[in-house]
Amino acid sequence: MHGRPRKAPKPEEEAASVAKAQKLRALQTQFFSFHHNKIYTKEAVELSAKLLEINPESYTAWNYRKLAVEHYLSQPDCNPDLIKSVLDDELRVVENALRQNFKSYGAWHHRKWVISKGHSSVDNELRLLDKFQKADSRNFHAWNYRRFVAESMKRSEQDELKYTEDMIYKNFSNYSAWHNRSVLLSALFEKKAEGFLSKEKVLPEEYEFIHQAIFTDPDDQSGWFYHLWLLDQTVTTDSPLLASSWPGHGYDVLLVEDRCYNGSAFSPFTALHSDSGSFPIVLYFNQPVGGVSSSTVTVECGFNKNEDLLWKPLSASNSQTARVWVAHLKIPSSDLHSTVEVSVGHSKGIISTRGFEYSDPSMFSFKVHVQPMERGFSQVSVAESISLREENFKIYGTQSEESIINSFNQLSIKNGHESTASNWRSEALAKEIECFRELLSLMDCKIGKLTLARLLMAYDVMSYPFANKLVHSEEVLELYSDLMKLDPTHYQYYKDEHSMVLLQKVTSSKESLLQHCFQYKDSVSSAICGPICLRLNNLSLSRMGAFEKLLWVQMLDLSDNELQSIEGLEAMQLLSCLSLRNNKLRSLTALEPLRKLKLLRVLDISYNQIGDHSIDTTRYLCSSPLSHSVGSESNKDETVTSDVALIDNWEAFYIFIDFNLNQLDIVGNTIADEKFKSVLVKIMPKLKQLDGKLLG
Amino acid sequence: MAELAVDKHVKYILAVEKNKDSFESVVMDHLRMNGAYWGLTALDLLGKLDSVNVDEVISWILKCQHESGGFSGNIGHDPHILYTLSAVQVLALFNKLDVLDIDKVATYITGLQNEDGSFSGDMWGEVDTRFSYIAICCLSILCCLDKINVEKAVSYILSCKNLDGGFGCTPGGESHAGQIFCCVGALALTGSLHYVDKDLLGWWLCERQVKSGGLNGRPEKLPDVCYSWWVLSSLIMIDRVHWIDKEKLVKFILDCQDVENGGISDRPDDAVDVYHTYFGVAGLSLLNYPGLKAIDPAYALPVDVVNRIFFSG
Repeated sequence: MHGRPRKAPKPEEEAASVAKAQKLRALQTQFFSFHHNKIYTKEAVELSAKLLEINPESYTAWNYRKLAVEHYLSQPDCNPDLIKSVLDDELRVVENALRQNFKSYGAWHHRKWVISKGHSSVDNELRLLDKFQKADSRNFHAWNYRRFVAESMKRSEQDELKYTEDMIYKNFSNYSAWHNRSVLLSALFEKKAEGFLSKEKVLPEEYEFIHQAIFTDPDDQSGWFYHLWLLDQTVTTDSPLLASSWPGHGYDVLLVEDRCYNGSAFSPFTALHSDSGSFPIVLYFNQPVGGVSSSTVTVECGFNKNEDLLWKPLSASNSQTARVWVAHLKIPSSDLHSTVEVSVGHSKGIISTRGFEYSDPSMFSFKVHVQPMERGFSQVSVAESISLREENFKIYGTQSEESIINSFNQLSIKNGHESTASNWRSEALAKEIECFRELLSLMDCKIGKLTLARLLMAYDVMSYPFANKLVHSEEVLELYSDLMKLDPTHYQYYKDEHSMVLLQKVTSSKESLLQHCFQYKDSVSSAICGPICLRLNNLSLSRMGAFEKLLWVQMLDLSDNELQSIEGLEAMQLLSCLSLRNNKLRSLTALEPLRKLKLLRVLDISYNQIGDHSIDTTRYLCSSPLSHSVGSESNKDETVTSDVALIDNWEAFYIFIDFNLNQLDIVGNTIADEKFKSVLVKIMPKLKQLDGKLLG
Repeated sequence: MAELAVDKHVKYILAVEKNKDSFESVVMDHLRMNGAYWGLTALDLLGKLDSVNVDEVISWILKCQHESGGFSGNIGHDPHILYTLSAVQVLALFNKLDVLDIDKVATYITGLQNEDGSFSGDMWGEVDTRFSYIAICCLSILCCLDKINVEKAVSYILSCKNLDGGFGCTPGGESHAGQIFCCVGALALTGSLHYVDKDLLGWWLCERQVKSGGLNGRPEKLPDVCYSWWVLSSLIMIDRVHWIDKEKLVKFILDCQDVENGGISDRPDDAVDVYHTYFGVAGLSLLNYPGLKAIDPAYALPVDVVNRIFFSG
C-alpha cells in the first residue's frame, strides 16, 4: 500500500469496499473453475481479462491467458489472421492492465512473452513506450522493456543514446536516462564502434554534458554517479598493473629463525624472523586479478623449483581472484646467499575481473640471506612476551642519518607506469578540477566538495608516479573535514575517506613515514631487537589503508584509533605482531583478514566493542557455513567442534581455528568472560599467553 | 522520541489475518504466502510467535504445494518461486522443515535455472535477479545449494552490476535498492561478496538517506519504510552501515507507526499494511532497537533461526 493516506473509512466507503470485494471474489471463483478445468472458451478468456483489469497483480490469470493463447495457436484450423487477432487481444489486455498499474511485473512480462512469439509489430511497441515514458520517465519496467524492444528490432546504440539525450534535455533530473546512457556508452566502447574508439574524444563531451546537470542543481543526485563513473573511466586503465610487491626490487632480505638477531649489516626493514620454515612473496595489483600461477609468474632461485610454488589469492576461500597474491618459498636450513628473480606476466593468463589482460610484463629481483638458528637465543624467544607499550619503543631516527636512508631506500616501490599517465587523462582531470573550483566559488555544496576531493587525489596519484608525492593532500583532508560538518548524516563516510587520505599522506614520503617507525626494545633485557615497528596509533583512524606501501611491516601498532574494520589487512603478509587495542571493532568476524596472516603470533584486541552489538556487520564477510565459504583447510579439527558448543561459539571457532598465535589480549570486550576464554584455549591449544597470563 | 508500540503491532498483525472482507484483502489474496511470512517473521522479532496456531498455518502451507514441488501464493493459484521461498522461510521459523519433501522442493527450484545461470520465476520464463536470490536462499536453507550451478548463478548476477556499483533486474537494468538486496544477498550466501565494489555501492546506498531520516530506493525518489530493510540489510552485508545516521532512521520508522490501531506505513500518516509493518520492525531490528530479536540480513530470518539451521546438530 503506497502513498494512500491513513484515515478511518466512512461507513459508506466500507460498504462499497465490501461490495467490490464480493464482486471480485465471485469473479475469481469463476476464473479458478475455468483455469482448473482447462476451459478456454471465449467467455472464459474474457472473464480473465475482466479480472486482470481490476487486479493486474493476479499472476495466475496471466498464466491462464498464456495457456489459452497456446491452446488457440495449436488448433488445426489456426491461420495467420487468427494468430494476429489472438495476440492483438493479449496486447490490448496488457495495455489496459498497465493503465491500472504501471508497475505490474506480470503485465510487462506478458507483453514480452507475446512479442517474443514474433507475430507482432515491434515498431508499435516503441511508439507505446514513448507515450508511457513521457508520463513516467523513471519507470524501470518501461526502461527494461525499452532495452528489450531496441534489441529485438536491432535499433542501434547510437539511436538509443540520442533518446537518452532527448530525455535528459527535457529534464536533467532523470537518473534512469543517465544510467541507460552509461550502459550504452560502455557497450559502444567495448565494441570499439565508430566514433567511440577513443575515450579521449568521448569523455570530454560527456563531462560537458554532465556539468549542465550538476550546475543546474548541485543537490540533485541524478548526475552524481554518472560523473563519478566518468572519473573512473578517466583514471583507470583497462589492463591491470602490478602496484607493489614484497620483497621489492633490489631488496636484501635476511631470514632469521630467532626473534633477536645480530644482523647489524642488514636493514631492520628487510630482516625477517620466521619460524615457519618459509617466507612469502607478495604481489599487489592495482585491481583484482585471476590467473596468477607458476606459469604466469616465474620465480627463479637456487633453492625452490618454480613449478612447486603455489600462488594463492588473498580473498574469500572460494574465490579465484584477488588484488593480492602470495606464494611461499621454502627456506633451506643451511647458510645461504642467493638471488631470486621474479617475472610477472611474461606469458599470458593474468586477467582482471573486468576481463582485461595484464599487459605490462615486469621483472624484479632480490637477494636472500639465511642466518641459521643459534641455539642459545631460541630458548629466550619462546618465553618472551611482547608488549607494545609506549615505554618499549624507541624512535628509529637515533641511528645515523645515512643508515636510515639506506634502510628506507630498500622500501621504494617501483611505481612508474609511464604508459598509463597519458596526457589527455591528466588534462581532463585538471580541467575538471578547475570546473569544480568554479562551482564552489558560486555556491557551497557537498557534491562540489566531495568531487573536488576525489579529483585532487586522483590527480596527485596520476601526476606524480615517480615523485610519489601528494601535493594536494592537505587540501583534500580539509575538504573532508568540511564535509563532516556540512553533511553530518554521512559523517562516518567522510571520516573513513579522511583516514584513507591521511594514511596515503603518511606513507607518501620518507620523512613522514620515518616519524612513525620505532624500534622495539625488550623490557627485560632492554636490548634493541626485532624488526621495525610501524606505529600508527592515536591518529583517530576509522579505517585502514595504503596497504600497497606497507607490505614490509612486521610489527604494527594501531592502538587508540577508531577502527571499526581492518578490511584489506590480509595484504600485510609479514605481520607477526599487531596491536588493535582500544579501537571500535564490534565482532570476532571482523578479524577475518587476520586469518590469512600465517606469521601472526602476537595479537592485542583488548578494549574493543566485541560482543556489544546484536547485529554483526561482518557476518557475511567471513568464511563460515552461512556463506558456504568454509575452505577445506578449516573444519579439520573435529575434536574441537565436539568440545565447543558450536551454536554459541561459531564465530570464535571459524575465525581462530586457523590462527597460530602465541599471545592474545582480549580483555575489555563484553564477550571476553572466563567461559569464553576457556573456549579460546580449546580452539587454540598452542596459545601460550592470554591477557598477560601464562597458560600452563 | 516515540517508542515502538509492540502490543498494538502484534494485535494489528493478528487482526489483518482475519479480515477477509475488504477489497484490499481480496486484491492481495494471491500473495497470502508472502503475507504469512511478513506477519509471522514480524511477530517472531517482536517475541510473540507463540500467539499463532502452528498446526493451522502448516496445514495451510502444505495445501499450497503443487505436484511440481513449488508453492503458490494461496490455495487455487499457480506455483511460483516467490511463494516457495516464503513457505520455506515460515517452516524454518517454526522449526518444521521436516514436514517437507526436501528433494521435491529442490527439484522444482533447480529446474528453474537457465543455461546462462539466471533463474525463471516459474514455467513461464520471467527472468529477474530477484529469482536468483530466492533460489539461492531457499536451497541454502534446505542445505542443498550444491544442486544448482552456483558459479553460473553468480556470474549472471555479476552481469547485472551497474556503473554505480548497484544491480538491476536483468543486464542493463537500473539499480534499485530492492534489487541490490537480492543480488548482494545472493552473493553473500555464496561467499562471493568480494565481487561487490563495497565503497562505490556503499556510497550509493548511504545517499539513499534523505533529510527526514528515511531511506529511498533510488536517487530522487521519496523515502519509504520498506527501504529501511532493503538498503540497511545491503549496507550491513558489505559492512558500510555506519555511513548513515541510524538515529534519524529509527525516528523516521517510529514516525510511520499508527500508534492507535497498530501497524506501520510507508511514510508518516499513510495507511498501514502488513508489508510495511514487517519491514519497519525488521529495519529496527537491524538498528539494534532494544527488545527486538536480531534478524539476519541475508536470509531475512531471525538470527537464532538461521544459527539453528547451520550450527546445531
